[in-house]
Amino acid sequence: MDLNTIWFILVGVLFTGYVMLDGFDLGVGALHLFTKGDTERRTMLNAIGPVWDGNEVWLVTGGGALFAAFPEVYATVFSGFYEAFFLLLFGLIFRAVAIEFRSKHPHSMWRKGWDISFACGSIASAFLIGVAMGNVVWGIPLDTNHEYTGTFLTQLNPYSLFMGVSTVALFAMHGNIYLIMKTEGELQEKLRRWVKITIPIFVVCFLIFGILTPFVCPQIKAAFIDRPIPLIITFTLALLVVANIPREIHKGREFNAFLSSCGCMTFLMMTFGISVYPNMVFSNPDLANSLTIYNGSSTDKTLGFMLIIAIIGVPIVLTYTACVYYIFRGKVVLTDESY
Amino acid sequence: MDVEILSRIQFAFTVAFHFLFPPLTIGLGLNLVVMSALWLKTRNPLYHNMARFWTRIFGLIFAIGVATGIVMEFEFGTNWATYSRFVGDVFGSPLAIEGIYAFFLESGFLAILLFGWDKVGPKTHFFATCMVSLGAHFSAIWILVANSWMQTPAGFHLAKKVKVTPDGVEHPYSAQLEPGTFELKEVALPDGYILQTEDLDSIRAVITDFWEMVFNPSSMDRLAHTIIACWITGTFLVISISAYYLLKRRHIPFAKASMKIGLTIGTIAVLLQLWSADSTARGVSENQPVKLAAIEGLAESTTEAPLGIVGMVTWDKDEEGTIIGINEHSIKVKGLLSILVSGDFLNPVEASKTEVKGLNQLPPDEFLLARYPGATPEELKKIRPEYWPNVPVVFQTYHIMIACGMALIGISLLGCFMWMTGKLWQLDWKLTRWFLVILVFSVFLPQIANQAGWFTAEMGRQPWVVYEHLKTSQGLSEAVRAGQVLFSLILFAAIYFLLFLVFIFTLNNKIQHGPSDDITGKNLPERWRAIMMKGGRQTES
Repeated sequence: MDLNTIWFILVGVLFTGYVMLDGFDLGVGALHLFTKGDTERRTMLNAIGPVWDGNEVWLVTGGGALFAAFPEVYATVFSGFYEAFFLLLFGLIFRAVAIEFRSKHPHSMWRKGWDISFACGSIASAFLIGVAMGNVVWGIPLDTNHEYTGTFLTQLNPYSLFMGVSTVALFAMHGNIYLIMKTEGELQEKLRRWVKITIPIFVVCFLIFGILTPFVCPQIKAAFIDRPIPLIITFTLALLVVANIPREIHKGREFNAFLSSCGCMTFLMMTFGISVYPNMVFSNPDLANSLTIYNGSSTDKTLGFMLIIAIIGVPIVLTYTACVYYIFRGKVVLTDESY
Repeated sequence: MDVEILSRIQFAFTVAFHFLFPPLTIGLGLNLVVMSALWLKTRNPLYHNMARFWTRIFGLIFAIGVATGIVMEFEFGTNWATYSRFVGDVFGSPLAIEGIYAFFLESGFLAILLFGWDKVGPKTHFFATCMVSLGAHFSAIWILVANSWMQTPAGFHLAKKVKVTPDGVEHPYSAQLEPGTFELKEVALPDGYILQTEDLDSIRAVITDFWEMVFNPSSMDRLAHTIIACWITGTFLVISISAYYLLKRRHIPFAKASMKIGLTIGTIAVLLQLWSADSTARGVSENQPVKLAAIEGLAESTTEAPLGIVGMVTWDKDEEGTIIGINEHSIKVKGLLSILVSGDFLNPVEASKTEVKGLNQLPPDEFLLARYPGATPEELKKIRPEYWPNVPVVFQTYHIMIACGMALIGISLLGCFMWMTGKLWQLDWKLTRWFLVILVFSVFLPQIANQAGWFTAEMGRQPWVVYEHLKTSQGLSEAVRAGQVLFSLILFAAIYFLLFLVFIFTLNNKIQHGPSDDITGKNLPERWRAIMMKGGRQTES
């Protein structure tokens, strides 16, 4: 395996880490307005309170790794998706400060305002992440210098928009399961009822998506013909873990349900990675201008050096991330320090 | 307005706004480490109270720092795509390292710092405080390494991408070849190669030595200077709020103890800064003489170069409005700049004979002739100002920074004197009250100095984005239009304005609420142990 492929996987791991972790707190945001009453909302916020900030770091680090390893891809995607990325950033800013500010003042208008900001910011972020992913699969118009030649409207194709909706559904389900795990009593009962809605919505999106993609995206169809076995394996695994979620919820094993949901994201990202490899961004309509892990990468020297950095750093990161989750395990209890 | 100016305004605005917060958290973090250490050592509930109160302030500032910080990382890609392509091989790694080694450390342990009071033991909590502070410092280090590389690039060479077909023939990167029939290869360019705009599709900076890149000529100076500035910024927040409580006669034991810690750290830091400033300025004179000439408004190369204290620099323009030089009017001390540049303070007479280059001779003729071969001296004179930064602005920002720094030194020393003589706690004495008012407002001085210093550093680098290699105007995103940048800029302005108002409102709320004065059994060490036994669950207090 060459360095470029290793970095393709590593960047993939970072972004998978991001959707898995920030996925649930964006999902909590998506569900936030459906709860009523200050205590319930506070409980939801405090369920993600100690960890949301760390979760978002996965995005920052993923972005940094993309810059270092695939600068051409970083430059093309971010300048090409200009409006979408700024809307995403505004979404992330609003939800981040909403979490912090909401608790600082008891006034009901104040809290309501930040509740709306938190929910809208979360939903918009999730949606835009999905739209961006959709465009990467669908392809965006690039010229021979890999410069984006489309407009904002080019990115709003039905395929990508549907991917956006599916992402919101996925995150909402993921967040819902996480919340069941972190709450107790009446709120938990309510969340258990919601999961009967959030899971089916996602499953429908997922199925439509899985069936549709090979038919509407010629490049994915080609990948399917080229390497069917790994793709079928990862897709089937994704399907199996999704099917496992309602079962675990029904048996009251929320932690397993949450793991299944994480597994679902991992397998989906793997399917995504295998079907686009070795491309990173498809050029549509002219496939010859696509950005691959070879024409978009840094030199082997940088990739090699960065690999050493990552090999030392990532285990340390995983260790204390695990520690933090361990320390803050168990049900949410509101205290002085809570939001 | 065109894309370049809009993108520059947007970047400057988002950086400047973001740069209000990290220095506060870095400095406040250091104070928290000291307070927590004192609590751990003495078990005096007062220190525990202090750590808790300042942690709440810290959390608030941190949240905005994070929210506005994400923007910076992606703006390189959105607005400066050509720059990102050009430097990705070199510049991306410090950003990625910052993510892995600093942000994760910071945010992971931040959770324990903010919410872990009743979940982990005091030693673990102290450890978390140290890690958050360490993470914040790492983050500053890596971002400054990346930035310093833009000021004084090192450890890289320029390389041209070519397409090589199986028969060994090298085709230019722009050649249209069938995919799969060629391999990409990078050909190193000779030293001193001058980049042309049409090269930007195929030429980029390629790393040759990572550590040389990290320890580029300006890294260490700029790191020391900025980090000490951060310590001062955070510490003066502690001093300011403590002074406010003393003035209002609220939480007096708390405010006194905080003030003592703040004044100690603050005084040490401002004195260190004096040393660091000298070293930084000397580095600038060596590596970026144009910047030094601009910040001092020095027109002609001269010995016994004067140091400006306060004044004004304006452009000297010809009839067509083209810049031909500068007019400088300021109060200055003759020879002092030469002495500072030579660094030989023990032999001032000898040192004052050091020559300092002026703008009319900078950049030197060889530099310009390499870019405009065969230009006559008259033509060179005309071209030269294109390689100057905006001198009138840089001159002022630099001198504002120096003035704030001097004021901070004065305030800190006076504060220490009053503390030592006990006058600082005589809250009925009129002069003390006046001094406390000054201390309350002193929180703005480091902030102004930071912003002014940052503008000096970054505007002084212009017209280059990578010093003497890539011009700022060459680094823009080709896919982005002025309208798009204007749209994002307006949104940023609106959102940041709102954020700032809310921040001030909330910060004021926290200050008015103050520390909890109840020093009850809850905070005692026995209590800690009992909670530790219960494991991870939070308990109602």
